[in-house]
Amino acid sequence: MSELKEELKAKIIEQLNLEDVSVEEIADDDALFGDGLGLDSIDALELIVMLDKDYGIRLSDPKEGRKIFESVQVMADYIDANRTK
Amino acid sequence: MKKVYINSIASISPQKTFENASFLDDIIEYNETVISAFDPNYKEHIPPAAARRMAKGIKMGVVASKLAMKEAGIGTVDAIITGTGMGCMIDSEKFVSAIIDNNEQYLTPTSFIQSTHNTVAGQIALGMECKAYNFTYVHAAISFESALLDAKMQLENDEANNILVGGVEELGAHTTDVHRVINHIKPEAVTISEVLNSNTEGAVFSEGANFFVVSNDRKESSYAELLAVETYNTLEKDKVSEAIKSVLKENNLKPEDLDVVVLGNNGDVEFDGYYNQLSKNIFKNTKQVYYKHLVGENNTVSAFGVWLASKIIKTQQIPAMVNLNDIEATEPNIILCYNQYRGENHSLVLLKKC
Amino acid sequence: MSKGVAITGMGIISAIGNNVAENFDALINQKKGITRVDNIKTIQREEIMVGEIKFTNDELIAQLGLPPENNYSRTAMLGVIAAKEAIAQAGISDIKKYKTGIVSGTSVGGMDMTEKYYYEYLTEKEPQKYIESHHAGDSTQKIAEQLGIEESFVTTISTACSSAANAIMLGARLIKSGKLDRVIVGGADCLSKFTINGFKTLMILSDTFNTPFDEDRKGLNLGEAAAYLVLESDKVVKAENKKILAYVKGYGNANDAFHQTASSDDGDGATLAMKKALKVANLNPSDIDYINAHGTATGNNDLSEGRAILRVFKDEMPEFSSTKAYTGHTLAAAGAIEAVYSVMALQENVIFPNLNFKTPMKEFNLIPQTILKKKDLNTVLSNSLGFGGNCSTVIYSKEA
Repeated sequence: MSELKEELKAKIIEQLNLEDVSVEEIADDDALFGDGLGLDSIDALELIVMLDKDYGIRLSDPKEGRKIFESVQVMADYIDANRTK
Repeated sequence: MKKVYINSIASISPQKTFENASFLDDIIEYNETVISAFDPNYKEHIPPAAARRMAKGIKMGVVASKLAMKEAGIGTVDAIITGTGMGCMIDSEKFVSAIIDNNEQYLTPTSFIQSTHNTVAGQIALGMECKAYNFTYVHAAISFESALLDAKMQLENDEANNILVGGVEELGAHTTDVHRVINHIKPEAVTISEVLNSNTEGAVFSEGANFFVVSNDRKESSYAELLAVETYNTLEKDKVSEAIKSVLKENNLKPEDLDVVVLGNNGDVEFDGYYNQLSKNIFKNTKQVYYKHLVGENNTVSAFGVWLASKIIKTQQIPAMVNLNDIEATEPNIILCYNQYRGENHSLVLLKKC
Repeated sequence: MSKGVAITGMGIISAIGNNVAENFDALINQKKGITRVDNIKTIQREEIMVGEIKFTNDELIAQLGLPPENNYSRTAMLGVIAAKEAIAQAGISDIKKYKTGIVSGTSVGGMDMTEKYYYEYLTEKEPQKYIESHHAGDSTQKIAEQLGIEESFVTTISTACSSAANAIMLGARLIKSGKLDRVIVGGADCLSKFTINGFKTLMILSDTFNTPFDEDRKGLNLGEAAAYLVLESDKVVKAENKKILAYVKGYGNANDAFHQTASSDDGDGATLAMKKALKVANLNPSDIDYINAHGTATGNNDLSEGRAILRVFKDEMPEFSSTKAYTGHTLAAAGAIEAVYSVMALQENVIFPNLNFKTPMKEFNLIPQTILKKKDLNTVLSNSLGFGGNCSTVIYSKEA
């Protein structure tokens, strides 16, 4: 599980081009959107593709994403429970 | 009708132009077929959260616009009007190649969003929180002039007081490669002093962003008055002089009244004839300057020509590196810029000391 | 300074018809043009619906009589068809008689060919002719050439989905300031894998017929189209004793400056655009008889635009409808398509229905006009809202 969380942090940084953020700086429970990491709706769409491509989870409604991407912890739990690859 | 002035200028080009205090006195020598912009430190000007999705052209456009706004000493404008012939090439290439390479699967939105032609103007507005008029012209070599003409009409009719106008072009690797294949790019590297003598087809491709604040409010610091902007989708070689005379006449001027002409020679043996015939005839007694040997060719590089003309008028100096002939212009007060690309999309921009 | 900006001709090709008459017929008979995509091979075929013009490129080439070695993008061919109809309708036989220019909007430009031959460009001789038709200005240059417009002002605007509305706006300004006597304005965009997949990544494409202003709307259908208007100055109208179809009465453009793709919740940009247009037209909201809304049927657009319309019109709402359910969202061409529809509405005193509407949105009490309605119309307001926060409004009227 903690491996998955580290993996997700690295992917978020890479995929979303967060140049000046390091894996260590993202806590498991940090909010990814809004006041936390400051991600926005375009990032949410990027993450939806990542879920599909890397973990075989397909979301059809972007609104679903907002809940799943609340924090790295929530994301990891969701992936763990739903992944197909 | 109100008069229109150029109140500030900013240029990011393959030369060291973004610091406006100097004026082409420290030339970067190139020996290439494609030249990139000499970059300012974009991080100084764009917060990381905003910069993370920006390709080069957007960064150049955003920073050049900030520099122009700063020099004009204003916080907002009544319109933002940009020109870009090729648009956001880097993100367009990214998205097209992703579609093909991944067979339309696992595509992400960022490069698509950023590929839209009006991304630069939109980002400038977003950064400035400017809800005003926002247009982007995308007509090849007259993209910038279209933007300038739009601004001029609005200022003359007093629909706006200050307008940010600019041209921006970025290099995309694939686009460069395909233009090489069709000989739009020079086959061999040339030094800047040899561009016009290369005797080969094609040009040295480049990128850059040139932004201006134009206004109907003249200031002590204004660069020049913008007298005319005229464009032509087609123009036969032997009709260029006629077109020039007619624009000058509308402004009660004759060719001999011009102190300087800024010509768009790029060393393409197929098309430099458009300029050469003017140099030999209508402008044979006029001071001629050129600039594409220094900053290359791109769809909105003619905005650099306007930058050059503005700067010559304000400083009353002509850097040695831009001389096309030996005629002296002791008081460069009235300047005409002429440009065309591959025989199409001709433009004339007429400036006067104010 | 010319006061009136007269519309003396118009031309259109869209998913619901190949000319003005066919489009009108489809509009009043509620025939929508939304189908599966046939001319583009895409793995998204079964997941999306589009407003497609069913002619293949070869058929368009034949229609236009282009030589085999031509390098026209689909955008350019659609543009030429619509622009030629506009010129014919305006009864122009000698295009050089007056100072005539073109302003066209496009966002796709020659991307259809670029995406087809992207890698082939590097090695195959044959498709290399299309390299030069990639840039957005190319389609406009070709339309100018086909119409015989030379040595004149020809330009292209690309502000995403408001491009053609902005082209009309610039055209009106060019006439008013006396820069041109006559200007052909409008826009063209063809379908492409680029836009299909682009909008797909934004997750705003509906997998069924789009339903503007409906609570259960699922997104937009992309469409392809071209439409052009001929705008002429008072001078030309008088000298040639021209029949006037309508006038461009007002226009406004503003930027939402909110988000790169989404509109602000309250529709600030759209509100400003409508207010500016009313001011230029010297009209009050109560003077507007019909609103042709942008209404793309995305969650975001219809909410934001609806709120903006309410902010401007308050309790003086005229009938409104979106015609996107007929044509799909034709991107850069949309403002021109809807200009033609707005002028038809004025000419025939009829309001075209907002198809596929069932359930009102819960956020506000806005019910679009859902059946064809006869009404005396003097002014129509048309919105076009796009990426990059670009919001435009044009007002068309019977009287100058």
